[in-house]
Parts: sequence; structure tokens; C-alpha cells
Amino acid sequence: MSQKKKITARVVSQKEAAPQIFDLWLETELASDAHPGQFVAVYPKSADTLLPRPISICEADREQNRLRLVYRIAGKGTREFSAWRENEEVSVLGVLGNGFPLEKAQGKKVFLMGGGIGIPPMLQLAKELQADKQIILGYRNQDLFLAEELRQNGTVYIATEDGSVGCRGNVMDAIRENGLKAEVIMACGPMPMLRAIKQYAAENGIEAYLSLEERMACGVGACLGCVCKTKEVDHHSHVHNARICTDGPVFEAKEVDI
Amino acid sequence: MNTKVTIAGVTLNNPVMTASGTFGSGMEYGEFVDLNRLGAVVTKGVANVPWPGNPTPRVAEVYGGMLNAIGLQNPGVDVLIERDLPFLKQYDTKVVVNICGKTVEDYLEVVERLGDEAVDMLEINVSCPNVKEGAIAFGQQTDALYDITSQIKKKAKQPVIMKLSPNVTDIAEMAKAAEAAGADALSMINTITGMKIDVYRRKFVLANKTGGLSGPAIKPVAVRMVYQAAQAVKIPIIGMGGIATAEDAIEFLLAGATAVAVGAMNFVNPYATVEVIEGIEAYMRQTGTEDVRELIGAVERE
Repeated sequence: MSQKKKITARVVSQKEAAPQIFDLWLETELASDAHPGQFVAVYPKSADTLLPRPISICEADREQNRLRLVYRIAGKGTREFSAWRENEEVSVLGVLGNGFPLEKAQGKKVFLMGGGIGIPPMLQLAKELQADKQIILGYRNQDLFLAEELRQNGTVYIATEDGSVGCRGNVMDAIRENGLKAEVIMACGPMPMLRAIKQYAAENGIEAYLSLEERMACGVGACLGCVCKTKEVDHHSHVHNARICTDGPVFEAKEVDI
Repeated sequence: MNTKVTIAGVTLNNPVMTASGTFGSGMEYGEFVDLNRLGAVVTKGVANVPWPGNPTPRVAEVYGGMLNAIGLQNPGVDVLIERDLPFLKQYDTKVVVNICGKTVEDYLEVVERLGDEAVDMLEINVSCPNVKEGAIAFGQQTDALYDITSQIKKKAKQPVIMKLSPNVTDIAEMAKAAEAAGADALSMINTITGMKIDVYRRKFVLANKTGGLSGPAIKPVAVRMVYQAAQAVKIPIIGMGGIATAEDAIEFLLAGATAVAVGAMNFVNPYATVEVIEGIEAYMRQTGTEDVRELIGAVERE
């Protein structure tokens, strides 16, 4: 594990990838330690904010020391981020969390499933994972993002809530409609999607790894703000709670009660 | 230049401690700061048995601070003794264990378990606003505070710090009650009970509905309470509440605190504790202050 640190990063570029979805490249030494499924905590500068915002790593260019963050405007912090321009200096804490266990899926038939703003971490994962990758993406409508880049790293299936692209419905509908099968699932997305995947994985005896999200303060395992319920007593907390920021954000589906 | 301060016979290398619950057991921030630099590490509140804490969301940002309703999740005193104390023992810093409980007996059990451990002081949490039983119930009435303090003092082998709640009418009366019951020191303030509502969802932001407010927003309240308590009692006070910088810390010292603790700002700036220490040293050089103890209670002192 690399050492966590709070550093100053430089904005390389930013563009709107879809309505309310922004695509930010940062130049930072943190890129060299980034693993798929990990996240960084980005500090807004506005005086009416205090805490850093946890954002998953979409892509890490280790040669050029660059991190790509694709995020949705969810409040005043991320709204501020969306106005950042080239060469702006910003504070980032990282690299945080455990990331996806690539070794569990290497060489296997896998689903990489992303729903909404859970799609971005699938890109670095798809780039690094050597496997038979079926990438299943769920969007609200035709405002797609990252789909083309993901296509270069596996077979992409799309579901949209309004049926404007791919199958109508969610990622589970896409699996059924296309008759897809997998030995391992790696997923990130809204809680109802993760619950459905957990159930599907249990019914079909499939290993599944889910990236969870929760309101967070410290990001480093101290405040105990971002816990999730665990099936067994957690090794660190000694209760049925694990810290999403430190023990996660990726958990094996059968280990967590979601 | 002297930065050492003494609380109940325990000498700290400098007056900067960590506020319980904001620094884990020290391990989490050991990646960012040299724990040897800290006056003391105050561990997350620990009970006689593991506590699961409250449902999530447990934290929310508000203007100038944050609300938390962790609910004193902790692994229990056995894990603290087996895992956290041996870790902290490696460092040249004082170790203060914060203790919580639902009943007086719960507190006493932890106090007794720690009697022969490498712990320099005990801090008794009678001021957590986020649990239904115990905790704050002992910290909002003078007679209840007097009673638990005197019972703990009978069993404790280490000096006892009573951590007071700001959610009271008269902080000076609470401070006097703790002192009269034999407390060796006071720490204040714990968080101020608050609430946040999501106006679009029309729901409480925290699952617990209410939470404790911490961060820079509460600093003026904390400074005022430390001042009032320092006027009322002779035992030393550890001041905390929104300390982000050395200036903030010095404000507490001038108000009458012997030591200070950095709390929620650790979450914002993981290097905050050491930056506050370095800033106090710089202030002392800049103002020709030979001994940090000259600052204690020095506001408008003739």
C-alpha cells in the first residue's frame, strides 16, 4: 500500500461529458499509486465548504502522472469543481480505498457493471483487467458518457431507463435480454442496482465485488462516518460494520448487508 | 523556549492533543504526521463491550463545520488494550483514553480494566449527544455529573479528565461540580447538538436526525465556555472546538486552557495537529514568549 497524502494537483483539462457530468484530468504524483476502484478526495476551495469530496478514479496515466475523474454535479462542492479551468491548482487527498481485486477475475468471463455515475471506475478496471470482459452500462437516457472508450476494452451492452439506447430498463435487464453469463462480477452504481446484483450473484453462485458509496468525512478510516453493514464481525471494528473509505469501497457482495 | 505543559502531574511535550473521535486510535493519521510530535493522542471513545453505533448517514457538512452522529461505535476496551495501546506505546507522546458507557457500571468497568495499562490519563465522555442512554445523561445535570465523577475517581488509577457538554445552561456550574467531585482536569467542549434538513427531499440528512456540530463554527462558543470554566475552577482545562490553526489554539490558551485539542479539522487537513504545534512555536518566537505557560489565561491579565 502506498502512503496516503494531501497534495496540490494541477488541472490539465476539463470538459462536460454529458449534462451535469464532468470529465477532469489532473496532473498529480498520486497517479503512480492509483489502482482501479480506488478514489481520491478533492477539496473545494469555497469558504462555505470544509470537507473533501470522495470521487472514484476513472483513469490513471502513470507515465504522465495524470488522474482522470469523471463526476456528476451533486452539490456545491462538485459544482465548484465543474468551473475549474486548465492550470488551476487544487488540493487532493489520496490515494484512498482498496480497489477492485483484479486477481479474482483474471482470465475469467466477467461482467463489469456500471450504473450512472458508477460507470467511471469501470474504465481503468477494463483497461487493466485481462479477462473476457462484458461491460454492461446503465444510463438514464441517450446522454451517454465513456461508452466509446469502454468499447475499446471489451464488449459493451447498454441499458437506458427511457429505452433511447440499447435495451429499456437497467443493467439487470441488459443481462437478461442479451442472455449474458459470467463467472465474476465487478460493479459500481446506485444502491438498488448493487442490491439486485448481489441477489443475482447469490442465486447464480457468482463471485461479485461491489463498490459502495456513503457520506464521508475523513476518508482515511478515522471518523467512522462511512460504514456499511457486514455479515460477519469486521476485523477492525469488531462489530458488524466496515469502513467504506478504508476497508472498501470494494467489498465482496456476500460480505456486506446492503 | 519551553512548550511543555503539565496536567494533573502528566507532562506533555507541547499543549496540542487530538480530540477524541477525530483521530481514530492514532494509527490512521500516523501516515500523515509524526505522532512523536503530539502532546498527547486521545483515542476514540471506548466502552466495556463493542458498540455498533448509529445507522448511516452519520456525517453531514454544514456551513463552517460538520454534524456527526456516529453513535460511539467502538471495538470495546479489550481490543483497545490488545491492539491500540501497544501501537501508541511506540511513540513519545502521552496516551489519553476516552471512555464512554451506558451506565455508571459500564464506565467503572473500563476504568478498572485500564488501571494497569500504559495509559497516562482517562477522559470521561459524559457529553456525547448521539446516543440514547448514558453519555450526555451524566453530563447535563450537576448532581449526576458529581456522582459519576466521584465514583470514577474512587476506582481510577490514572488522572481523570471530565469531558463536558456545551449543551447546558451554565458551564461554570458543571465545571465546579466536576471539580468538587475530584476531577483532575476538564476538557471542553464536546459537540453542540444540531440538525440539518434536505429541503428537496424534505428529510433529515442524518439517519439519527440530530448530530453534534463541530468545526470552526463552534469555536467562539468553545472559547467563551473555556473562559467561563477557567474563571470558576482551579483544575486545568483542555480547550477544543473548531481549532484549525495556531491562532485558534492560542485563543484557547489565552482564555484559560492549559492544553488544546484539534478535532474535526483533522478531517479537513490531516496535517493540522503538527501545523498547529509549529504555529504555536512560531508565535512564541515572534512574540518573545519564553514559556508557553505564560499564555494560559493571559487574556487582559494585568
